[in-house]
Amino acid sequence: MSHTWVNSVLPHLVLTVGLMVLLLVVAFRRSHALAMTSTFLILVVAGALIPQSLAAGSEDVFGLIRVDGYGQFFSGLFLLAAIVTVLISFRYLDHRASSCEEFYMLILTATLGAMVMAVASHFATLILGLEILSISLYAMICYPQEGRLPLEAATKYLVLSGVASTTMLFGMALIYAASGSLSFSALGQPVDNQGENYYWLGQGMLIVGLAFKLSLVPFHMWTPDVYQGAPAPVTGFIATVSKGAVFAALLRYAVISDVLSNASIALGISIIAVGSMVVGNLLALLEKNIKRILAFSSIAHVGYLLIALLVVAALDDSEIARETLMVYLAGYFLMTLAAFGVISALSISASDQDTEQLADYRGLFWSHPVLAAVLTSAALSLAGIPLTMGFIAKFYLFAAGVQGALWVLLWALVIGSAIGIYYYLRIVFTMTQSESTDGSVRANAIPVETIVTVGVLGAAVILFGVYPTPLIELVRGLIGTFGA
Amino acid sequence: MNILALIMGLLAAGVVAAFSERIHQHAPRWVSLIAFVVALIYTSSAWLGAGSETEEYARQVLPWIPRFGIQVYLVLDGLSLMLVALTAFLGIVAVVSSWSEISERHGFFQFNILWVMAGVVGVFSAFDLFLFFFFWEVMLIPMYFLIAIWGHENRAYAATKFFLFTQISGLLMLFAILSLVYFNYQATGVITFNYFELRNASLDPDVAWWLMLGFFVAFITKLPSVPVHTWLPDAHTQAPTAGSVILAGILLKTGGYGVIRFAVGLFPEASQDFATVGMLLGALSIVYGGYMAYSQSDFKRLVAYSSVAHMGFILLGVYAFNEIAMQGAVVTMIAHGFSTAALFMMAGALQQRLHSREMSKMGGLWVRAPRMGAMTLFFVVASVGMPGLGNFVGEFLALLGAFQAHVPLTIAAAIGIVVAAVYGLSLMQRAFQGVPNPDVGEIEDFGAREMTVMILMMIGLVWLGVYPQLVLDLSAPVITSLGVAGL
Repeated sequence: MSHTWVNSVLPHLVLTVGLMVLLLVVAFRRSHALAMTSTFLILVVAGALIPQSLAAGSEDVFGLIRVDGYGQFFSGLFLLAAIVTVLISFRYLDHRASSCEEFYMLILTATLGAMVMAVASHFATLILGLEILSISLYAMICYPQEGRLPLEAATKYLVLSGVASTTMLFGMALIYAASGSLSFSALGQPVDNQGENYYWLGQGMLIVGLAFKLSLVPFHMWTPDVYQGAPAPVTGFIATVSKGAVFAALLRYAVISDVLSNASIALGISIIAVGSMVVGNLLALLEKNIKRILAFSSIAHVGYLLIALLVVAALDDSEIARETLMVYLAGYFLMTLAAFGVISALSISASDQDTEQLADYRGLFWSHPVLAAVLTSAALSLAGIPLTMGFIAKFYLFAAGVQGALWVLLWALVIGSAIGIYYYLRIVFTMTQSESTDGSVRANAIPVETIVTVGVLGAAVILFGVYPTPLIELVRGLIGTFGA
Repeated sequence: MNILALIMGLLAAGVVAAFSERIHQHAPRWVSLIAFVVALIYTSSAWLGAGSETEEYARQVLPWIPRFGIQVYLVLDGLSLMLVALTAFLGIVAVVSSWSEISERHGFFQFNILWVMAGVVGVFSAFDLFLFFFFWEVMLIPMYFLIAIWGHENRAYAATKFFLFTQISGLLMLFAILSLVYFNYQATGVITFNYFELRNASLDPDVAWWLMLGFFVAFITKLPSVPVHTWLPDAHTQAPTAGSVILAGILLKTGGYGVIRFAVGLFPEASQDFATVGMLLGALSIVYGGYMAYSQSDFKRLVAYSSVAHMGFILLGVYAFNEIAMQGAVVTMIAHGFSTAALFMMAGALQQRLHSREMSKMGGLWVRAPRMGAMTLFFVVASVGMPGLGNFVGEFLALLGAFQAHVPLTIAAAIGIVVAAVYGLSLMQRAFQGVPNPDVGEIEDFGAREMTVMILMMIGLVWLGVYPQLVLDLSAPVITSLGVAGL
């Protein structure tokens, strides 16, 4: 027996070692550019090793993590999001924090936590990954800027995230008491009558905890404030990596443990899903702050995604659910990062707050056509309009939902999307209007690497929207190795 | 003929137009004009080159998303061909009508026009339901930009309303498409979006009825018909001239086309059960649209409401379910494309000269601009349904066929023609006849450029009115294939 498991977790190891290297680099020479470049390289190397980690197929490592195509696809997405965050943070931080180097370590730890969650097959690794991710995020939220809003956001996130974590831990303890196991694959076996109540109570608490992290209605209150308070690049990171990791872990858990076979839990999740779609979209209508709009939009999007989860219960086969989740999250990552990339780019030299009021975006089409085009494609994609990745993603959800015969949820999806179009369109409309008299916000030049980064993201949103076949084939190639 | 090349060509011309603004600010309109002329010649040559027995002028099949059995499946049959030709022609009209109207962002303006038209060509030729939906939405976004950026005073409201109506009804259609595909998949085990295969899907009648409704709502929103027409007067009034020309001339036709091709084509039995409702909505649109048109004081709004009335004839004709009525619907689509495009062009020209669309600020304009007056008279009379012109043939055939199906509704619709005469003549009277408005100074009459397109449209209408056989021959095989009874 050779050590194939080392190969399987190579991307994770590279990040861990890279973290230490970065620590040393910063200790010896404080240079923002150097720290940024090293982080970029570490992330790229880790990403390049992902195909290698799958060479041996699906691999169970110590019964704690399960490296398979499903998990590593998400690991790849998280690395991509981290790379984008690094690129768009560079100038943004330059204008704000006096010492920026530690920020990149936080990105690395957060990404590592998310990647652990993507492959976790045991409660210990799940909670470990989640905490590594969350604790890094607290610091990232209030890192670059001194001010009331970031501090408020970080505190809020810290407290609520802590509550969610303890709820989950308690749930896990109850599940363990009833079933005697912490490994996903040992769950789902029938437990004796005495333990059954504890078992389902534990499952319920676990799902409530995850719903907090996913900011699903009614556990969504923290989202708009955190999105608004956090610096734009970090908000993009939270919206994608943090949510994607929790969802990837949730789906794996649900498939293996068969938790959705309990009708009340499935019903509860359906109610949460409909609530999130409707409430998220309705509240977004009231906002004039683009970061808060995107916060509510993310609530709605996670609500849509629950359809993929519920399809697992409706069908015996979880393949379409996994495929939907992978395609949807890939699309969601691209469009959300594109949107926050544009916001970051415009906020580089903003003084106090980010450029986040809708009114600040007037005339963007004429002052920064590239950024406006990217934000337009991101907004239309979030709205699910064809020609964009978001449509393919929504199409997948529809296809999965129709197969699972989840008619009520599909109607909620239609209604939610219909409401959503209005506020996404308002962003686009604002950008087409003539510039306001004080063009102060947009007078600054946008650095090249930011333009290129968001340009590539915007182009990818359109490209995969028009010709999604390569992405679909990639996903279908990876999906076969899903292991319990 | 290569349909994909035509669509791609228009899209590429859009990109070229957008960048050509850097060379000269008037370069984009020339790019656009040339693109549409080439498209028209290319389409016509496919028509003329084909034998008289041809039922299919082009077909192209390419794989696109094999995971879901989605193909780029483009076909031009008679109905599609004439609508594509109309699209190219109205593209020329749209460019000419806005020749000097636009003062800023020329490149992006022409980009949007070309992309709308590319989407429309795709809608008329797509025989894969996914592809159809794709194009259905592609034409929506540039149209939204045309209204939102170059529109008039109340453009935010109009553009958003237009987008929401079309998009929400489109979501219903998407829902129906996916359900149809899924039910077909359950029955046959094959995932396909192919029109010809889905036509043979065996569906439970109840399910078919609901799916048909999903398509129907999307199409009558676009058409539009009462009660989902309310976006149209706003969108038309606020859009720049080229936008109105495209909207009225061709975008509304995608709704009529959809009803014929998809609502009736995919669900013949369910549509037959639905026929009375369809005819009722048609008759209601005719009467209500006419009534509303008469009460308008805004030139463009009047023409917009008259469009609602004319589109009613399409619904009436299609749901009468006989060949002659459906022929009437098709002829109405073409004729209305010419006559309304001309009237909107006129409205745009007047607004450019008078800076108002209010008819109370016009009056006696014939004296100042006799060519514009004469042209308006011609197209008003055509739109009213004067024998010898295209609209008459369409409406007459639609009524003739509808009479076989439902007498009271046909009578109601025929009354609508009288109302049309009332609002048409009142438009003429208020704008061009009577005492000249003293506030209006000298205005520039139509020049050679405007007259050329006007005369081309006149020729089209006269030809349709005197010898509609060419159009009837083109659409006959399509209508027969729908399984509609002859008379």
